[in-house]
Order: sequence, then C-alpha cells, then structure tokens
Amino acid sequence: MIHSLFLINASGDIFLEKHWKSVVSRSVCDYFFEAQERASEPENVPPVIPTPHHYLISVLRHRIYFVAVIQSEVPPLFVIEFLHRVVDTFQDYFGVCTEAAIKDNVVVVYELLEEMLDNGFPLATESNILKELIKPPTILRTMVNTITGSTNVGEQLPTGQLSVVPWRRTGVKYTNNEAYFDVVEEIDAIIDKSGSTITAEIQGVIDACVKLTGMPDLTLSFMNPRLLDDVSFHPCVRFKRWEAERILSFIPPDGNFRLLSYHVSSQNLVAIPVYVKHNITFREGSSQGRFDLTLGPKQTMGKAVEAVLVSSQLPRGVLNANLNASQGTYTFDPVTKMLTWDVGKINPQKLPSLKGSMNLQAGASKPDENPTINIQLKIQQMAISVSTVTRWPLGGAKCTKAPPHMTPETTPLAGYDSDEASLR
Amino acid sequence: MSASSAFNEEKGGSSSVGEPEYGHDPASGGIFSSDYKRHDDLKEMLDSNKDSLKLEAMKRIVAMIARGKNASDLFPAVVKNVACKNIEVKKLVYVYLVRYAEEQQDLALLSISTFQRGLKDPNQLIRASALRVLSSIRVTIIVPIMMLAIKEAASDMSPYVRKTAAHAIPKLYSLDPEQKDQLIEVIEKLLADKTTLVAGSVVMAFEEVCPERIDLIHKNYRKLCNLLIDVEEWGQVVIINMLTRYARTQFLNPNMNESLLEEGSDKTFYGSDEDEDEEEEEKEKKAEAPMAKRKPYVMDPDHRLLLRNTKPLLQSRNAAVVMAVAQLYFHLAPKVEVGVIAKALVRLLRSHSEVQYVVLQNVATMSIKRRGMFEPYLKSFYIRSTDPTQIKVLKLEVLTNLANETNISTILREFQTYIKSMDKDFVAATIQAIGRCATNIGEVRDTCLNGLVQLLSNRDELVVAESVVVIKKLLQMQPEKHSDIIKHMAKLTDNIQVPMARASILWLIGEYCEHVPKIAPDVLRKMAKSFTNEEDIVKLQIINLAAKLYLTNSKQTKLLTQYVLNLAKYDQNYDIRDRARFIRQLIVPTEKSGALSKYAKKLFLALKPAPVLESPFKDRDHFQLGSLSHLLNAKAGGYQELPDWPEAAPDPSVRNVEVPEWTKCSSREKRKEKRVEKPFYSDSEGESGPTESADSESDSASGSEMGSGLEESGSGSESEGSEEEDEKDKKKIKKDLKKPVKESESEQSSEEEERKHQRKSDQQKSDSESESDEESDSESSQSESDDSDSEADVKKKKKAAESKPPPKPVKKDTKKEKKEMSLLDLDDFEPAASPQVTPVNSFLSNSLVTDLEGLSLSDAVLSPANISPCSALKSYELLHRIRGEGLSVEYCFSRQPFSPDGNMVAVQMQFTNNATSEAKNLHMEDVKLQSGMRVKEFPEIELLPAGETATAVMGIDFCDSTQAANFQLCTHTRKFFVSIQPPVGELMRPVFLTENEFKKEQGQLMGMNEITEKLTLDAKCRNEHTIVQRVTTAANLSRVPCGSDKECRFAGRTVTSGSLVLATVATKEGGAAQLTVNCEKMVIGTMLVKDVLLALTQ
Repeated sequence: MIHSLFLINASGDIFLEKHWKSVVSRSVCDYFFEAQERASEPENVPPVIPTPHHYLISVLRHRIYFVAVIQSEVPPLFVIEFLHRVVDTFQDYFGVCTEAAIKDNVVVVYELLEEMLDNGFPLATESNILKELIKPPTILRTMVNTITGSTNVGEQLPTGQLSVVPWRRTGVKYTNNEAYFDVVEEIDAIIDKSGSTITAEIQGVIDACVKLTGMPDLTLSFMNPRLLDDVSFHPCVRFKRWEAERILSFIPPDGNFRLLSYHVSSQNLVAIPVYVKHNITFREGSSQGRFDLTLGPKQTMGKAVEAVLVSSQLPRGVLNANLNASQGTYTFDPVTKMLTWDVGKINPQKLPSLKGSMNLQAGASKPDENPTINIQLKIQQMAISVSTVTRWPLGGAKCTKAPPHMTPETTPLAGYDSDEASLR
Repeated sequence: MSASSAFNEEKGGSSSVGEPEYGHDPASGGIFSSDYKRHDDLKEMLDSNKDSLKLEAMKRIVAMIARGKNASDLFPAVVKNVACKNIEVKKLVYVYLVRYAEEQQDLALLSISTFQRGLKDPNQLIRASALRVLSSIRVTIIVPIMMLAIKEAASDMSPYVRKTAAHAIPKLYSLDPEQKDQLIEVIEKLLADKTTLVAGSVVMAFEEVCPERIDLIHKNYRKLCNLLIDVEEWGQVVIINMLTRYARTQFLNPNMNESLLEEGSDKTFYGSDEDEDEEEEEKEKKAEAPMAKRKPYVMDPDHRLLLRNTKPLLQSRNAAVVMAVAQLYFHLAPKVEVGVIAKALVRLLRSHSEVQYVVLQNVATMSIKRRGMFEPYLKSFYIRSTDPTQIKVLKLEVLTNLANETNISTILREFQTYIKSMDKDFVAATIQAIGRCATNIGEVRDTCLNGLVQLLSNRDELVVAESVVVIKKLLQMQPEKHSDIIKHMAKLTDNIQVPMARASILWLIGEYCEHVPKIAPDVLRKMAKSFTNEEDIVKLQIINLAAKLYLTNSKQTKLLTQYVLNLAKYDQNYDIRDRARFIRQLIVPTEKSGALSKYAKKLFLALKPAPVLESPFKDRDHFQLGSLSHLLNAKAGGYQELPDWPEAAPDPSVRNVEVPEWTKCSSREKRKEKRVEKPFYSDSEGESGPTESADSESDSASGSEMGSGLEESGSGSESEGSEEEDEKDKKKIKKDLKKPVKESESEQSSEEEERKHQRKSDQQKSDSESESDEESDSESSQSESDDSDSEADVKKKKKAAESKPPPKPVKKDTKKEKKEMSLLDLDDFEPAASPQVTPVNSFLSNSLVTDLEGLSLSDAVLSPANISPCSALKSYELLHRIRGEGLSVEYCFSRQPFSPDGNMVAVQMQFTNNATSEAKNLHMEDVKLQSGMRVKEFPEIELLPAGETATAVMGIDFCDSTQAANFQLCTHTRKFFVSIQPPVGELMRPVFLTENEFKKEQGQLMGMNEITEKLTLDAKCRNEHTIVQRVTTAANLSRVPCGSDKECRFAGRTVTSGSLVLATVATKEGGAAQLTVNCEKMVIGTMLVKDVLLALTQ
C-alpha cells in the first residue's frame, strides 16, 4: 500500500519524509517536480503520476503537496482519502496545517504518522483514538512538559482501538453536558448573464460538537427528511435505522466531528439570495473599458447578507482598473488579472456598487469575452433547504444530566458564477 | 553490565563504519565537522540517566530523520534505549529502529529480545505493539522468530493482537517470499476469524500474499458479507474489491440474457429502482417473479447477499468506500440495479479536487456503457469557472458521453459558453468535444459545423487551430456538401501558424482538390514558397498535396510538384527525404517505374473512411473500476485481473460452512442446546446479519453493548459464544412469551416428536442457563436490558416476519437439522451437492451425528408405543420456508412400496404454504441424476392456498447409492434448486426370513461381505425392545425371529438390485455387543454398519 510520504512546500522543498516500508529515495520526487513544471497552475498537477518503479499520488492542501509513493496496485481514492485524513488530523492537532506548524511539531507529526499507518495500511485514523495515544500540543502543555519533563504521549493504553465503537474514547466525563450542532448549507449556482439560474444545488453538512459524559446514544430526527436527496454519514450513524425510519441514531465521538453531509438536488428550486446588476463593456478602438457592478439582496427572509466577496478574472488585455467602491475595498492584481472586492455586509437601503474604468493594453483588440464573476456570501440563521431538526430525544440511560441545548446556525455560502455569454 | 559494555564496543565499531557513510551524505556537506560534533553530544544525552535528556535527544534525532538526514551512526546509542521506561522515548526509539534496522542488521538483533519479551506480556496492547515493531524490522535473520510470533499471535485471545498478526503477514512476506506456504496457513486461520477488527486486515494480507487462492474465501464468504458494514472503512475497501473478484469467478452474469428481454425487463423493473430499500425484499420477489418465467437465470442467493450488504455503504463518508461499492455494482449487479450508484458518485463530485479527478475518470468510463445512469445528473457535470483544468476536461468528457438527441441542445449551449473561457486548454478540449457530439449525433452535425466555422474567425489562434482540426474530421464525413468551408479554410493558410492546423488544411485541400480546382494549385504555390520554413508535419502534408494535385491536375502543377520534391530531397529530416523519394517514384512516370505507378491515383485518392471520434475512456472498463490500473489505463504492478463471468456457476455449496468449525466451541453441551433454538435465531440473525451489531447497539442499552465489547476483547473465541448466547436469551424471552403460538407457526415439522424435542430442550436449557450465566457477566446484563427494551423484541419479530432467505440462516438451519436427522447435512439447498462430498461428510460428521441420533431416539423412548415404522419416520427439510418465500417443503421416506415402480423408494413430500398468497402449479423440473437413477415425478399440485398443506408422493430409484437426486421445484413464479439424499437405511425394504433361511443366507455372505463391529450399547438401550426399535428406525429392515434372546436379527433387500442385507446384533454382559452385517454390496454394508452403530451407541 502506501510506501512513503513526502511533504513538499510551494517552493518545491521536501521538508518531511516518512517511510513505512523500506526506504524510497527522495529522488523519486523529481518526477513530481517535472509534472509540477508542466502544469500551469498548482492545482493542475495530476493527482496520480506514474514513474518507472513507483506511482506518486498527491493531494494539495494549504499550499502543501502531500505526495504518497505507491509501488503496486491500490485504489487511488484509498490513498487520496487517507492523505486528506492526514491533513484533517494535522489541522485538528495544530489548528492550522502549514509548513511552519508541521516543522514546529515534527515529532508529534512523526508519531501521528507512525500510528496512522502500519506497513502502509491505515491503522488508527479516528481522531478520538489518536488523541488518546498522542495528546495534541497546547501552549500550556508544552510549558509543563519542558518544566516537568513529562511527555505528550498518552500514558494509558488506547483502549478505544479495541472497542466496538472505535470512534469514541472511553471514560469521558463532563460536568456540563452539552451538544452543539451547526447546520451549514452551501448553495452552488451558475447564473447566466440575464440572471436565470442554470444550475443550483445545495450541499449541507451538520457539524457537531458533543461533550457528553459516558456512552450517550443519541437520536436526531428531521422535520422533512425527504428533502435530503443523498446523505453520507459519520461511521457512528446506524445505516439501517436511517433507511427504515429516517432517524439518525448514533453514539457520538467525543468532541468535534461531522455528523452527516447531505445534498439537495437542483430539482428543488433554489432561491438565490442576491442579485447582481452588471455592465462591463469594452469599446472597440479605444483602450478604455467600463466596469459597473451593483449587488442587492433578494429573498433573504429579512436576514442580513454578510461577508460578501466578489472576485472576477478580468481579460488578459486589461492593464489596470480605476474603480470606486461605494463600500468595502477592492484589489486588482495586474499579474493574474484577478479583481477582488471585499464588500462585507449588504445594506438593503444603500446597495453596494463598484464603478469605474479599466485601462487596456494599447493596441490590443477588444477582448471578445466578458469575465465571469464569482460571489461568495454568508447568511446566518437561515436554512435554504428547510430541513429543520424537529425532535431531539436523548436516548441511553447514561446521560441523565441537563439535556443538551442546541444552537442551529445556518451559514449558506453561495459560490455564484455569473456567466457573461455573448453567444447566447 | 556486560551488555552495556558490549554496546560500547559496538558503538566504537559502528561509528567508524558510520563515518565514511556520513561523509557521503550530500545533505551535510560543508558543515560536516560541526554536525559530527552535534552527534557526539546526542550520544552523550542518550547515554545519560535522565529521561528528559534522552527524550530531547530522540526528538532531535527523529527531526533529522524527518528531514531526510542520515542519522544511522547513532544506531548503537539509540538501540540500547529500546527498553527505556519512558513511553515516549520508547516509541521514538521504535521509530528510529524501524527506519535503520535494515542498514544495521547485526546491531538491530540486539533489540529483538525486548520484543520477544513483549510478546508474552499479559497486556494485549503491549503484545500487539511488540509484534508490530518486531515485524517491521526488516532483517532476514529474524524471519523464523517473526514466523513464530505471527503464528502465536494468530491464535491469541485478543482480536487486536490477531489484527496485528494479520498486518505482520505482508511484512514478513515481502521480507522473505519463501515463507508463503506457511503464511497462507496463518491467513487461512485468520480468515475464519469472526471479529470485525481482524477481517479487513486479514483480507489485506490475503490480497498481498495469495490473491490467487480464491478457494480460501469460499468458507468465509458469507461471514465477510455479513460483517462488512461493521468493519473499519479501510478494511471495507479492501474486502469489497476482493469480493468483486471473487463474485466474478463464482456467480453467473446477471446480465447474460440482457439482449433477450431488454425492453421487457426495463419495464418490469422500473418500480424496483425508485422505491425505498425497506421493501426491497418484497420488490425482489415481484421483480424476480417475471424474470424467472422469462429466463432460466436465477441469481445465486450469495450474489444477492453481497449486493444487498454493500448497498448501504454507498452512504459512507469515505470516498474510497463509495467508489469500491460503485465499482462492485458496476461489475456485478444486474443492469437495472446499477443506477443506485450514480447519486453517490455525483455526491463525491463535491469533494476535494483530487477525489473529483478520480471519480470523474470512473464516471467517464461508466457513462460510455451505461449512459442512462447519469443522465438525470447532467447538470452536476456542468463546469464551474473555479474548477482546475484537469477537472474541466474530464467533465467535458462526461458531458460528451451523456449527449444524446434530447439533451444535445442544452449541452451545446453550455459548450458555447465554455469556448469563451480564458483557459485555452479547456477551450481546445471543448472544441474537440463539439466535434465528437457532431459525429455521434447526426441531427446536430450541421449546426456544429457552422458553429465551428464561425470559430475560424476567432481572434485566438489556438481556438482556430483546434477548430480546423475538428472541422477536417467532420468534413470527411460528407465533403461534397461543404466546398465553401474548404475554400474558407484555404484562405486561413495565410494567417494560421499552428502546425497541426496548417497540416490539416493542406490535407483537406489535397483530399478534396476536385471540389476546389481553382484554389488548390494556388495554395500549393504559396506553400512551395514557404516550404523551408514549415514544421515537419506541414512539410509532409505539402508533399502529399503536391502529389495529389500532380495526379489530378498535372498540367498546372507539374513544375510546382517537382520543385517541392526537390526541396524535400535535401531536407534535414529523413522522414521527409524518404517520403519525397517514395512519392517521386510513384507519381512521376519513368521508364523504370514499376507496376505501382499505374495505381498511383488509386493509392492517393482512395476514398478514406471518416475517422471515428471516440472517447479515450472506451473499453477502459476491462480494468476493474476504481483501480490504479484503470486510472492510468495501464496495468499496474500487482493488479489482479477482473475475471470474466464463468459459463456455468461453480458449485455454490462450497460456501456452506462445515460442521467441524463448530466443534471448536468450548462447551459442546451448550452448543447443542443452542441448536435447538436455531430456527428462530437464524431467522432474525441471518436476515439482519450485517446489521446485527448495529442493531443490538441501537436496541439494547449502550452500557451492555460496551460491556460485551470489552468482554469480547478479553476472551478470544469465547466472545463469539457469548454473543450467541445473548442472542439466545433474547430468543428465549420471546419464545416464552409466545410459546403457544409458536408451534403452529413453526416452519419446522409440527409433528409430535418435534414438540417433544422442544419441550425437552427447554428443560435442558434452563439447566444450562445458570451455567452460562456464570460464565459471562455481560450476558445477564444484556438479557436484562433486553427485558426492559421491549422495542427491541418487537423489531426483531418484525424482522423475522419479513425476512428473506440469506444463505446464512440456511446454514444455521443445517446445523440444527443435524440434531434431528443423521445424514442430511447438505440437502438443504444446493442444487448440485457434489456426490463425492456427501458420503464423506456423513462419515466425517460422525461424532455429531451420533449426538443427534441419540436425541431423536430418546424421543422414541418417550413414546414407546410407536414401533411401527411409520411413526418413527423422520422428516427432512427440502425447502425452508424462508428460502422458499413462504413455501416450505418437507419430505420423509414413507417406507411404503411405491406402486408404479417397485424399484423406487417412495418419498412422501409435504408442502406447506406459509405465504400470504397462494402458490400455483407446484411441479418439478430439470431433474439431474447420477447415471442409472430414475425419478417418478409427483403429480402437479395445481393450487395451494395460503396457510394450507398438501402431500404428494414421488418415487426415486437411487440405484442403491446414497447419491442425491437434484431437481428444481417450481411454482408458478419461482424455481428452487432442491435435492433429496437418502440415508443408506432407506435404500432397502424389509423381507421376511425364517431363522434357518437367515443362517443359510448368512453362510453364503461371509468373508469380504461380512462386516463386524464391536460396540458398547448406550445405557438406555440394553433391552431387546429398544435395540429392535433403534435398528428399525435407522434402517428399513424387518426382524427375523430368533431363538436366543441375546441376539437380534434383521433382514432386508436393497430396493433396486434386491441384494440381501442381513444384520445381527449379539449382546453380551455389561452392555457390550457385536454388530454383524452381511451384504453383497460392500459399500452399503459399510455404511449401514456405521449408521446402526450410531443408532445403538447413543
């Protein structure tokens, strides 16, 4: 299975290597660098690269390439999924997964990698088990450790690995029993220049933070489970119960985890919460172009539209842009031609707009296409798919203390393309 | 002390070895000396007494390793800390050791004893970690030690240690492939393990060491299917991939008759796809019913089991698991069921881009074969401006594959938007995609062509070039209509610089020069001028153009052609020189020119077939989807070919689990008790096999669940038993509740003796109850929780009611049957119980049969009045209620003469319809017999209303052998493979002899024909009456009057050949006895001795 792992930073340095079988020379990464050179963008490096004796499977996260070396047939998704799991674990441990964080905690990283794979086959990937084996470093603990010489390797043996619920630590105790659930929904929509929606789909997740004593057995039911087109679960959720009764029944892991993610297909009409008025023109023969963009809220049920970020890849001919934002700040990168406008909150009384002119390269002809506009935004406390949690009975006798309260928080995030298609 | 001094010596030795090595390390280079010093202080720190210093040193060393710096010269200093008390130091030493042991083999040996000690530790986790590190040390000398450790760990009590053993197997194998045979033994053993913890790891080992030994899987197939849902994610992937291959070798192609009933089946099945899974069972029945009528294909229940148990995993959060299930469905499921995977795959498209990349590759392959599957999700493949180029190109590929007459207009509209993208590679791919759509869908060809021609005036050269190439391909399909386009393109030669595009235009003009007679020579003129500056492919096309024009229009172009050929003659590229020489010989007539030049025109201006624009993903599905090989479209090392479906299904009975597996069980007595309960148990257990643990988790209070989990870890094989006991307890509670109902409901024989069984066993059970309670604490808590949790029981019952026959219950039933009947262990359901296996089995399971025989006979003791053969009849199950979807069939050997044919054994069959609907047209078909055997079918039963019972008699001439008669039992909807196998005692009919005749006949059957066996009679069977009864129950013989009360004699003749069978039981003092059987047919004699012996000794 997985032979070795190399971590490569954006500038092409291998800053960590780990081998689970016999050592593979780091020169194998040269093939990766070759492929990296060929690719125009960092994300265009093919995830699977064959070399004469090995196969390199890589993922790119946080501007770090995680390159796994494989020697024989293995499902590529197996490796990719595992690498992402490694990144998630690092993030879980260090808060961020950057080169600096990994270098600072190189010993913990090594210990983690050692536990996660045995002979290239995943051994313990559940964060609850890992945390029992190796305690995540905190500032306090690092201080204590340096003074007392104690370690961050767990003294107790990882009994979780033996349990039938490997995702949960044993002997969990809290004085305050709480459970929080965040419902986060994202809309992904493509909208053409006349404003009609081409596709829109909703992707939702329920992230949970459960701090309950003992072995709680929870059930969660939905008001309208039919809306959920397709779901995927954390392994703790009982499949059969869902299939039979559409009820989520589970013994939760301790701490933060993603309970389920769901998908609401485009068949159900999705209301896009904002509209865009745009007017981007280039005049033939002159080196000037006009740029005019106004945003406004639409169908937000009175909720504020926040954290609006507009970005657009302007045509290559554009030299620079002189714009005037009524609100927020804008930046234009003359190298990548990327225009970014951080709008912030939309005030329905005073609609934010970005107006001005663009300078084109002298002599360059008029670009024949108009740029795509990407809009990201957030709305708190609104669920688009209306699949609210209705019932929250607490099963299991172990947890008899105050019932957990729930704070559903909805953050739809719309990546919203508006295609300016002149052919249409 | 001596050890440490040895270390110091070693250290001195190795650092001198280490130094030159270090010098070679390019990483350290210039700061060599300072580095060396640093290593010195590291050594000092490691030698110190303080753990904190050691830890600090180890951390720095590990950081060096992580950066790829060489730290091997520290080996001796590090290794002696292997036994350090501090856990973190120890762990880091392990990390170091595993990394460098291969380079420092001798020194590594010093650490081995520590691990060997660890292997004996009472704590399972320490045992496991010792084995893990030991097996990771890649030193050949310790192979025997590793082998021993693995073997020991494989039978460890703790499943976690066994899991580690499974992990160690591939490590050892890669170190020393010679050990393969021994390792396979260990794998075989671990495959039989019943814990979810081990399953994934051992299958992984199986795949690495001996993927070709598919025979090892047979016995564990059903278990793996049932455990699958509870195995950890990574193990699931490996198991599913392995089972895909397995299923391809063992089952028939579910789509074999696809072409026959394409339309019909689609309609019939439509409903089944959409509905929810709860009713799957019902649907299946409905769906399969018409199928059975139409075609002989019936899905093997094991095949169905696999499909059903993998389906819920489509909802896993792990993309690899989802992909594994998707490929399993793609390769194994009937066409109509494959659709379920589309939704899950589309969901994965929202994941990381690497995941998308792999998934889209697979979707592209699938969409060629099964376009309909992804059509509803067309919009999910629309390209977003934020996608990386490689994802965009793959999405285009999928969109192109999905294009058809109805959706092409929307797709083309999308494509038009894509052409405006700034990503030029993507635009080029879009143009190619348009070209492919145009070739595939005739209706839009002209539209596409027009669109592409418009693109020719695009400002971007790349777009134009790509369009030219595609237009060229399209024009080849119908050139005569499009001379305008060709003219237009000819003009482009002035502007376009992309070589491929120029070459394409030139080829087009040359090929269709007759359509553009005026322009073509002019183009050649221009090209001749720029010839020397062109790219190679353009030059070749110029030569081609020249040659073609020379042949069609030599008047205008002769000189030009010669000029071009002369230029080409002195070109730098030898291909071009060769081409020029070849063409000159061919087209310019000289006196020497051979026969070929006559045909030059035919050669050059032959009608060329239009190119087929096809997907690069075509035919990739011969690789197992989801595999690395599929992704690369090339065989990766270690790839296991996906075998083709077999023509005829191999014997499915190999997957039946044999009895001996169960003899491992700790307490035989308990086992027996349990078996009595089996029918109920298996109903629910088998149905919910995979969900078992999940269900019990949800049903029983979580506390007890944990309890049992812990207990499981504590006590290896015992845990399995206790689990079952829990189950049993549940059943008991339930049974007590509904006892009165149970009898009538029971699908087993409702005959008198059966009831006694139950009663008796109940009694015995309560005895053993206390015993088993003592054995496991968790059990009692479990049963308590069950008591309180009535919901659980209700659910179970529901399940039992709606359950369908997965193979597992049948298996269990078989075991239960063992108790009641002696030989019919394989009768249950396999269509082709192999003739060799059966007799062997009947002998092998000897001891068990003895057990069972005893039970049934003790029943007879309770009812001594029934000595007539009829009352002692044992009935056997032919078709279980569950498997027969409500229809249950039992049979018994009535011992009545079969009137239509005296050579046949009469078999009385009892049909009971437990289903809610009536069964019609019960008859038999497709009888498969050994040579010489004959069957007289029973008359067709036209109607069997729900809840009714009917009887029928059939005759079978077994030809005096115990081979099974296999046939299909058909109802108006379904067919069931069944088989009847007679115990040897039923192959004879009684004859009446006098004592003298008996002695005379016996005298003639001496020597080889006489078999004598000494035995000790069972305590209950010391009187004559019982002996007679037991013998006549076991064999259809009649008693011969006898003067002595110490001897019982019996006589009969075999049914077919009429050979005499004589049996004598002579009793002596103290229960000793001697059994003599005289029979001309020695095989029959031998088997009869065994049977009678069994009957008498229990």
